[in-house]
Amino acid sequence: MRTRFFADLLTAARSDPNLVLITGDLGFGVVEPFVEACPAQFVNAGVAEQNMTGMAAGMAMAGAKVFTYSIANFPTMRCLEQIRNDVAYHGADVVIVGVGGGLAYGALGMSHHATEDIAVMRAIPGLAVVAPGDPEETGAVLMDLIERGGPAYLRLGKAGERSVHASRPDVARGQAVTLRNGTDVALVSTGAMLPVVVDAADDLDQLGISSTVVSSPWIAPFDESTVRRLASTHRLMVTVEEHSITGGLGGAAAEVLAESGSACPLMRIGVSHKFNSVVGDQGYLREVHGLTRQSISKRVVKRLEDI
Amino acid sequence: MTELTSSELSRKIRQHVLRMTHHGRSSHVASGLSVADILASLYGEVLRVDPSDPDWLDRDRFVMSKGHAGAAVYAALSETGFFSPESLAAHYQNGSTFSGHVSHVGVPGVEVSTGSLGHGLSIATGMAWRARAVGAGWRAYALLSDGECDEGSTWEAALFAGHHRMSNLIAVIDYNKYQSLATTDETLTLEPFADKWVAFGWDVIEVDGHDIEEISAGLDIDPRDRDRPRCVIAHTIKGKGVSFMENNVLWHYRPPSDEELALALAEVSE
Repeated sequence: MRTRFFADLLTAARSDPNLVLITGDLGFGVVEPFVEACPAQFVNAGVAEQNMTGMAAGMAMAGAKVFTYSIANFPTMRCLEQIRNDVAYHGADVVIVGVGGGLAYGALGMSHHATEDIAVMRAIPGLAVVAPGDPEETGAVLMDLIERGGPAYLRLGKAGERSVHASRPDVARGQAVTLRNGTDVALVSTGAMLPVVVDAADDLDQLGISSTVVSSPWIAPFDESTVRRLASTHRLMVTVEEHSITGGLGGAAAEVLAESGSACPLMRIGVSHKFNSVVGDQGYLREVHGLTRQSISKRVVKRLEDI
Repeated sequence: MTELTSSELSRKIRQHVLRMTHHGRSSHVASGLSVADILASLYGEVLRVDPSDPDWLDRDRFVMSKGHAGAAVYAALSETGFFSPESLAAHYQNGSTFSGHVSHVGVPGVEVSTGSLGHGLSIATGMAWRARAVGAGWRAYALLSDGECDEGSTWEAALFAGHHRMSNLIAVIDYNKYQSLATTDETLTLEPFADKWVAFGWDVIEVDGHDIEEISAGLDIDPRDRDRPRCVIAHTIKGKGVSFMENNVLWHYRPPSDEELALALAEVSE
């Protein structure tokens, strides 16, 4: 995802001199081509996320299209008030880019896990929040962000994610995309969990359970109508995210379902509401939190039995 | 621009601030009085802005970082033609856009909304960076409180602007030496204040923050002559112009009563 993001961003920057990338002193090994090709459009703000974000707002107010970049927890939570007051309240064309959303920086420890970022960001009025599911979705949502502008939060995975879509899907702002249609359970995924969810659906299929798989990169604006439609046509809805089960995709879906009067049960699969203090790589930590294909399919089977 | 002289403008600002905080039962009367002469310098002499075209692309950008003195900004804008002074009666009223902390929505001429401290210098720095990037001649100004120099974000911006030699960025600090509960020295001393800015790569001058001519000389600089951002430390008196409000933390929060308003108006109108 990161690779696709930088490739597409550079393409856009070459044709739009108003596009500016600011990093909070991160991006070693990935920002260099951008710096080389568009040096006047690149700023290293140093390890100073509050100033980075406030400056981004100021640049945008004066006509720039700004992308701020860092590991996902830093450009969101360290400077939350600058995002709320300076960027969102002013409707500034700033896209906050967080790399390594979720547990991607697993072994670096709790400080580098972004597991509450979606919940926090989606509470801010006027701020679009998007977590693409694979490199193809990354290209699609980035195109939307460039054309329609910020304020927005773009939550990326890290690198090496498998492409699920064969080509760039149509995921216009606020729209989910259906990957397969089934009848029993609706699996809704956001962010880098998408390949795992597709695999889990394959496993369920082997067990005779028919799944619909929907990728919902946009958390804000959220595709409420798709959630309502899925709830009315399936026995169970399951949200899967590499994020706290509190306030993210599962929270957004729960809000919609509760107010719709739907009888469809919801199961939220995500990071449990506690800090990670054990060391482990992303794969290990996903296992700890039940974010593997085996765990997801097992929990779905169990839940369907209980209904 | 205004027909008023700068000293008349500062007097008008003080009168409006007193009436607005009295009428609205709002706080920060002393902060508004503290910055009246700085704003009179900016709007009366320094800023290249056009009240008939608040969004003029080549305007100087002014960021009121100490948003709690918003009443004084509204007053300055109204007296320089951005909107009618009669609008000021809406300050702090239900349904009004004239909030206690300065807000851009619905108020022509307000560049940026602030209120939480430590935001304005970063925004102005971003604006200045942009002006330089596109080769524009306009300048970016930020008016800071001394108390907001407690905020780390102020120093993040200072570090960046100094490093990048943002000569089109001018910070002016309303150094009245009082903050919410006590003096700056009793709270978190800023001294040696000028030395700190110099150490961050700024060109610093100290002025009498109630001498408009001196303030304007510090602010009205040509970026082309310079190689670093300018910091104007304006030594001011909190509550300036009203004897019983000067240097008294009570007036950071308390609005004037009817009687106090009359006394205060008489003093600032002399």
